[in-house]
Amino acid sequence: MKIELKNICKSFNKKSNTIDHMSLTIEDGEFVALLGPSGCGKSTTMLMIAGIYKPDSGEIYFDGQLVNDLEPKDRNIGMVFQSYALYPHMTVLENIAFPLKQQKVPKEERIERAKQAAEMVQLGHLLDRKPSELSGGQQQRVALARAIVKKPKVLLLDEPMSNLDARLKIEMREEISRIQKELGITTILVTHDQEEAMTMADRIAVMRDGKIIQYSTPMELYNHPKDYFVAQFIGTPPMNFLKGKLSNNQLRLRNMTIELDRKWLDFDGEETDVHVGIRPHDLKLGNNGDIRIRGIVHMVEPIGHSQIVNVKVGNEQVRFFVEPNIKMEYGREVEISADISAIHLFDKATGRSLKKDSVNQGQIEELVS
Amino acid sequence: MEVTSYRSETAPVMTSVSKWKKRIPFIIAYGVLGLTTLPIILMYLWLLLSSFSEQMKYGFIPVRFTLENWKFLWTSVEHGGSELPSIWTATWNSFVFSGTLTILEVIIGVMAGYALSRLEFPGRQALMKTTLLLHAFPSIALLIAVYYILNFMGLFDSLWGVVLVKTALQIPMTAWIVKGFFDDVPWDVEWAGLIDGCSRLKVWFTIVLPLIKPGIAAVSIFSFLSGWSEFLLLYTFILSDENVTLASYLQRLISDPNLVNYGLLSAVSLFYMLPVLLFFIFTQKSLMQVSVGGGKRV
Repeated sequence: MKIELKNICKSFNKKSNTIDHMSLTIEDGEFVALLGPSGCGKSTTMLMIAGIYKPDSGEIYFDGQLVNDLEPKDRNIGMVFQSYALYPHMTVLENIAFPLKQQKVPKEERIERAKQAAEMVQLGHLLDRKPSELSGGQQQRVALARAIVKKPKVLLLDEPMSNLDARLKIEMREEISRIQKELGITTILVTHDQEEAMTMADRIAVMRDGKIIQYSTPMELYNHPKDYFVAQFIGTPPMNFLKGKLSNNQLRLRNMTIELDRKWLDFDGEETDVHVGIRPHDLKLGNNGDIRIRGIVHMVEPIGHSQIVNVKVGNEQVRFFVEPNIKMEYGREVEISADISAIHLFDKATGRSLKKDSVNQGQIEELVS
Repeated sequence: MEVTSYRSETAPVMTSVSKWKKRIPFIIAYGVLGLTTLPIILMYLWLLLSSFSEQMKYGFIPVRFTLENWKFLWTSVEHGGSELPSIWTATWNSFVFSGTLTILEVIIGVMAGYALSRLEFPGRQALMKTTLLLHAFPSIALLIAVYYILNFMGLFDSLWGVVLVKTALQIPMTAWIVKGFFDDVPWDVEWAGLIDGCSRLKVWFTIVLPLIKPGIAAVSIFSFLSGWSEFLLLYTFILSDENVTLASYLQRLISDPNLVNYGLLSAVSLFYMLPVLLFFIFTQKSLMQVSVGGGKRV
């Protein structure tokens, strides 16, 4: 089912809008993540799609039909809550069959379909237990089975994995992705975990203060963040930022002056304070790149296949990856470098990206001064 | 939750001395508590002994076993020259009074509690603040006003009238207690019900109410007990014999200080206590178990 939000506003007090003139289109069968820090309005958005909250203004369409005043029960949605919200007085089977019971599905068919849904999330052996007798991961599966049992048109997932431990998280991530693909169901995931959003979603809407900052595919967000906020939110370890000054096509970064091609920039030329962003992956030990930075090793974190090294560059910190066999000594000065094509520029005042989206990798190579 | 038992692993061989030393705090605690509760226990014991004996020597030594005092159960009793109404009428009336009170109080209290806990309406805060004040009102202060109202409505000398008065006085507290239980039900569970296809009313019945069962049980028990022990309102507003309740029945036995039959009084008192004890034995389980919430708390 295609979902459209048009110019939605919602506020819980008179002072400010929780959701501020938000528009969003989700195609049929698409998996979309709403990503943002807590309090950015992503859960509110989801609850409006579910019909629990009513928007103050604006319209919500399901397949072109206005649903602003449709009750949640008539919207044909399934939802998994952060707290799972299982019914504690019912067994697992009763929990899963509950939505079907409300649709007046005959008892035998109901039990049959509930069992199928339970099989799908590998819960077939726990049907007679009460929710309190299950582990967190199992409760989460019950909630998922309950959400999909009535074959809804939309699946809403509200931070479904924030209560699971790291390993279970990865397992459930794969499981939810698999089920979503199998059922081809339009899915919306609310999360503050960018990794979750990146790995599962077809498209991600990055939200802040009730507004969508950028809405595109995970790779697009990673490679071409339109905003400083998106850049620092997406990617682990996060993007490194250094202070710089940009005037005309000259970038001053620490003691370097770098010539940039004007075609490369979306910028009017006046001197501006900028954040220069470089992904940790793009930084290499040594001086083979166009941009060279000297810093003092401050912290080393081995992660098996690699090491994350944290160096102090003046007052700023820069993280980058180093091969695991290279020994890094604390307090030693090292030189690191990156290609000019790898840097991102953001206006310090507005947060806007100063790099043109359309420039692709091939062009940048020849623009290097 | 299981507690890790690291103590047993490291425990050295226990000597009897250290065992006793460990018990000293318990012995002291139980000793003090036992001594202070002794008067209460003795009171009940006296009641029991006095009801089964012909007289109490020096006031506390029972003399000769008898069932004479309990004959009010099968014959009518004469007291102070007039015949008392049957004990069974009084018992039935007490049950009717407490039962209706409980039903009314639970139905109204649960609905009011939900509204206070979940619904946004103007004056909600003010209502909650004044609720407790209302409960603090002593019923004796209202006796005369209540008399006029009952008389006007033709409910004077009727159990139903007193039930209504008592319900009105009890509702604030009940609603307040129930509100606390509703507060503990997460919004998520209610929303899940809405999304799973229930109307708001149906969610309330099929999901929210079962979750606050312990609360409903607690409130029912308290209201039944307070109905059972109600005296002042019944004594004031009920005159006729056929509407007498157990508390007023007891009062008749001690109304004339010169004519008190202590054996009979003890027996009736014990009889009066009996249903409450039984009720308590059967309901204490639901008072103890409290389980609200459908998963991990966030």
